Amino acid sequence: MSSADIYKELILDYYRNPRNFGRLEKFDIDSRDTNPLCGDEVEMQIRVGEGQRIEEIRFVGKGCAISQASASLLTELAKGKQLEWVKLVTKEDVFKMLGNPDLGPSRVKCALLGMKVLKTGVYGYLGSRYDDSDTAGVPP
Amino acid sequence: MLKSEVLDIKKVRSDFPILKRMVHGKRLVYLDNAATTQKPRSVIDALVDYYSRYNSNVHRSVHALGEEATVAYEESRAKTARFVGANPGDLVFVRGTTEAINLVRFAWGEQNVRKGDLLVTTLMEHHSNIVPWQLLAKARGAVLKFVGLQADGTLDMESFESLLKESPVLVAVTHCSNVLGTINDVAGICSKARRAGAMTLVDGAQSVPHMPVDVGAIGSDFYVFSGHKMLGPTGIGALAARKGILDAMEPFQAGGEMIKEVFLDHSTWNDVPHKFEAGTVNIADAIGLGAAVDYLTALGMGKVREHEARLIEYAVETLSDLKGFVLYGPRDAEKKGGVISFNFADVHPHDLATILDEEGIAIRSGHHCAQPLMNWLNVSATSRASFHVYNSYDDVDALKDGLRKAGTVFKV
Repeated sequence: MSSADIYKELILDYYRNPRNFGRLEKFDIDSRDTNPLCGDEVEMQIRVGEGQRIEEIRFVGKGCAISQASASLLTELAKGKQLEWVKLVTKEDVFKMLGNPDLGPSRVKCALLGMKVLKTGVYGYLGSRYDDSDTAGVPP
Repeated sequence: MLKSEVLDIKKVRSDFPILKRMVHGKRLVYLDNAATTQKPRSVIDALVDYYSRYNSNVHRSVHALGEEATVAYEESRAKTARFVGANPGDLVFVRGTTEAINLVRFAWGEQNVRKGDLLVTTLMEHHSNIVPWQLLAKARGAVLKFVGLQADGTLDMESFESLLKESPVLVAVTHCSNVLGTINDVAGICSKARRAGAMTLVDGAQSVPHMPVDVGAIGSDFYVFSGHKMLGPTGIGALAARKGILDAMEPFQAGGEMIKEVFLDHSTWNDVPHKFEAGTVNIADAIGLGAAVDYLTALGMGKVREHEARLIEYAVETLSDLKGFVLYGPRDAEKKGGVISFNFADVHPHDLATILDEEGIAIRSGHHCAQPLMNWLNVSATSRASFHVYNSYDDVDALKDGLRKAGTVFKV
């Protein structure tokens, strides 16, 4: 693993200039989670529009470059998609979105925090419960 | 700049087998000693020797192995007690600092804390010296209040004095902050707390491994520490109590070893300290802790402290040259244990730890089990480099080079 691989331009850019950062005045979904190991925090707010589409999505948070860039990139991907799309997102999609950085087991959780927050919020809105075992990372 | 070495670092380093290993092809620079320290060969050998030569239960078997194990276990207790100026009869072996604090919470707190009583701790505590008191306060209807901090990361003694006027029943304070490195005047705090009628508990997890400690001179009612942060094995630590206090307390855990006589309707308790060591004790690790105490005693704790103070002085000075380096806590090595917490530009501590890891440098990043302190500092996390006897000026230089590299990667 090399830090040049992990901290690609894309991640540094979204860390320093996070897209969709902030809060919504009107929202239907509000989901927040932390990574107790690192103290990373992500909260997402979503306004659901016609046809169960993600009309607007914002996030706030603090934490490492990987957690914040990942959450921000995910909001860009999610915007305009149907809620059902969120159910289909996998951790591999998130890694791909980040440019497949070579993350160690302890940093995988940072990358997946945004997805966990998004899925937890959307599943709850749709009346089901998100089983987060696939974002728990690989035990070291 | 003082760069002369107080300890024979080359010799010391050769005593620690793990320091020979490479990490990602680089020399291991281990700067995570506040989390746990590495173990010298003599400690590892003591464990192997016990298991391969005289493994047996203690205090019950009259055969040769049982006698040898009992003698070694009790010798270790005596050494550990002497090391901190305590009486062996008042030193209870526990799993670590956390268990020692929880022992006090249950065995003292449940009996002595009443509705409306005040418990006092500080904003710079590790979670292990906050959460047990939150739970005790909840269980007994008591109130928990915190001594504040001054801008330089030292305790706000005015807020302490004003809390004393509210007649707390307990003052629980750390001897040395695991984040800021601040060394507190625990002797002064204990004496004032005692005059105000409070019991005192001092968390020695970050002091006993790094400086001479004399619990008699400090005057605490309870002094607690962990073995694994002082070159000993994990799973062993100690509670050193003021004489007589343990006798008056109810047991913590109940079972074998802690009883004198058991009848169907009641039991009587074994003598202190055994009254607080229910079940088969952690024999091997207690013996290992004795070996760690021997090792540190041979080096001399005064020298250990001097060595670390010079490293801290050097680290604070040299790292402060880096643009974007922010230090938390006192700058003065006199007021600081072997810990420096910092942030570097806008590089998050976890990203920094990942980049340093590639260089073989182990630091800790995160909230250091001190979230109230992180909130007070108004940061979500810090990076922490912490030193011990085998660290050298070269390690500090390696850390500085690592920070420069992080600066390049993050284009700061």
